[in-house]
Amino acid sequence: MATNKTHIYEPLFHVVKRDTIPLYKSMLIRVIAVAAGLLLCSLLSLILINANPVEFIETLMDASFGSERRMWKFAKDSAVLLCIALAITPAFRMKFWNIGAEGQVLIGALAAVAVAFYMGNSVPNWALLVIMFFAAIIVGAIWGGIPAIFKAKWGTNETLFTLMMNYAASGIVAYFLVEWTPSGSSVLGELKVGHLPQVVHPYFIIILSVLVLTVLVSIYLNSTKQGYEISVVGESENTARYIGINVKKVIIRTMLVSGAVCGIAGFLIVAGLDHSISETTVGGSGFTAIMVSWLAKFNPIVMILTAAFVTFLDQGASQMSTYFNIDSSFPDMVVGIVLFFIIGCEFFINYKLKFRSFRKKEVQ
Amino acid sequence: MKKFLSVLLVAALALTLTLSFVSCKDNAANGNENADEFKLGVILLHDEASTYDLNFIEAVEKAAKALGFKDTQVIMKKNIPESNACYEAAADLVDMGCDVIFADSFGHEDFMIKAAKEFKDVEFCHATGTKAHTEGLANYHNAFASIYEGRYLAGVAAGMKLNEMISAGTITAEQAKIGYVGAFTYAEVMSGYTSFYLGAKSVCPSVTMEVQFTGSWYDENEEKNAAIALMNNNCVLISQHADSMGAPTACEERNVPNVSYNGSTVAACPNTFIVASKIDWTPYIKLICENAMKGEAIPTDWTGTIETGSVVLTDVNTQAAAEGTVEKLADVKAKLISGETKVFDTATEGFITVGGEPLTTYLADVDTDADFAGDTEAVSDGYFHESEYRSAPYFNVNIDGITLLNSKF
Repeated sequence: MATNKTHIYEPLFHVVKRDTIPLYKSMLIRVIAVAAGLLLCSLLSLILINANPVEFIETLMDASFGSERRMWKFAKDSAVLLCIALAITPAFRMKFWNIGAEGQVLIGALAAVAVAFYMGNSVPNWALLVIMFFAAIIVGAIWGGIPAIFKAKWGTNETLFTLMMNYAASGIVAYFLVEWTPSGSSVLGELKVGHLPQVVHPYFIIILSVLVLTVLVSIYLNSTKQGYEISVVGESENTARYIGINVKKVIIRTMLVSGAVCGIAGFLIVAGLDHSISETTVGGSGFTAIMVSWLAKFNPIVMILTAAFVTFLDQGASQMSTYFNIDSSFPDMVVGIVLFFIIGCEFFINYKLKFRSFRKKEVQ
Repeated sequence: MKKFLSVLLVAALALTLTLSFVSCKDNAANGNENADEFKLGVILLHDEASTYDLNFIEAVEKAAKALGFKDTQVIMKKNIPESNACYEAAADLVDMGCDVIFADSFGHEDFMIKAAKEFKDVEFCHATGTKAHTEGLANYHNAFASIYEGRYLAGVAAGMKLNEMISAGTITAEQAKIGYVGAFTYAEVMSGYTSFYLGAKSVCPSVTMEVQFTGSWYDENEEKNAAIALMNNNCVLISQHADSMGAPTACEERNVPNVSYNGSTVAACPNTFIVASKIDWTPYIKLICENAMKGEAIPTDWTGTIETGSVVLTDVNTQAAAEGTVEKLADVKAKLISGETKVFDTATEGFITVGGEPLTTYLADVDTDADFAGDTEAVSDGYFHESEYRSAPYFNVNIDGITLLNSKF
């Protein structure tokens, strides 16, 4: 009989916001998420491409650590990705959604290549490198600054604007490639000048300079007045205005910094790696970097880990395509699943599930 | 306690990482010519989704089967951009024990040369490149095919279709205008559309052609728009040199005959597809593997021909092609092989003219250098010697009868 009025319906579980969570616990949740993601992927690989889970994990590891050369490549690729992630971080901390890093790096790279192309034979290599460096920084800063000025002056949408600037940048690169290759091939080939000197290993300078940059950006964001202003503007523009921060100035200045660091990335790619340029020189890293920065909660030091992790997944994915002789859709899926788990686990860091307790009910 | 647990977990994770790292040792390269241990490495710009790369993947698989290779003897690296990443891929393939490494895209060339200079005991082969004959490296090689002969044959099929339309009264002889969608104003494309046009002209003397460039090797929308623009301009037959299905599908929608490239498009375009020419890379892949296994030198600059089986035509679609096309193509093909017919025939009066004058001399830019200037006389013995002084095409003359609608690419 339904006369028992003390019976209260309670769901199986409900979601409760956590107050604070100790670091080890949040890290543990993330490790579990990665492990769960990889587990699901290895199950899928068993079903879809008939690879056993051990083979699957082995292939992943092999891609980044299988040989000395792969380890260097892994470190270098992580460094380049980290550099671009560092570049967009100041803007993101300010809640300025700059998705134009791809174009800012590309246009910086173009500036460096243009310097090498036109001045290569008239100045010594060290001077050429210096000019290339500053050209890349200035042009990158301009490319980042344009949408910032529009945002600050007329309140335009920075996401659409920076996205469009990517297309503009690749159009300009295409134009110069036609100019520079009279044969009509639009393939520039390797420039013989403007190469970074090789110390220890061809990739050493790139890795070292990005690590130095990481420390610098970290100091800039956490220990300078400008860094503090960025945080305040990001928290609340009204508060910032109230305490006398010139919000427009901060927006423009921060995007100039963002663009300039993108320019550094472009310079490193040109002078340290490709010695050439094409429309695909950045190859999507400008977008991947957003994830790297976000996963690290915009903390430059943590970004070293997230950049390495994303690179690890990426190299693993392409190795899988080689090893199992499949096209790139399955590896792409693997990367997607793992990242989905990592982003999804943020939910469990911010909230916890409270399960229905049976004993309590009896007491009532 | 909880802290201890997390430290333990992290340590366990680190240990697993190290262990799996140790377990993945490389088998070092040692240049073994033994057939069972021979390894071929392949570097591809994209993957199966691109018709261009698919053509290479199929050739590698066919060649591997013909040579009786095991799966482990062919290593393919897909989606390798034309950058330092190509060098890294090549070096990694060397580490994995490859004896021959092949790359499929024009922009890979400089990075393959960089790898060839570093790894002297590995053979590096590059399709569509132009620098092997001047680079002076014993282990770096270029290859291409005399695809202009295939284009010429495809052009003959197009000319016959135009003749059919003229005799049926659908168009007049003067309205026989072909539209051509090209990628860039690059010798490979120019040589292609000119030989196609000459093939059509050899059977339909009144033919003219308009070319629209897209500025991209793969842009489905642009290619479709270019084809539509050409059809709006009263072109009655379309062909293309670009890698997407843009032009063929535009033709099928408007029921305009299409001569395709890189492979048959008959499945998607049953009413309009006539025939397609393509390069079959299987003979070259077989050649480089066989030579490397025997310890024989690989040709520095190799040009595949109709005879070597490198230049092929797909089956003619009798639904769309003019009557007698199959027989005529067999006839012209035999004459091309015997040398009786030359594609770039400068001897026959009125066949190839530039500004109304016959073409009697042309300095082609055969050696790739910073000057981008002509360096080799290509016209002699009554024809333009295409793909003879180097495998990659260098014919880039604007001849009468062909109008370029845009040439900024």
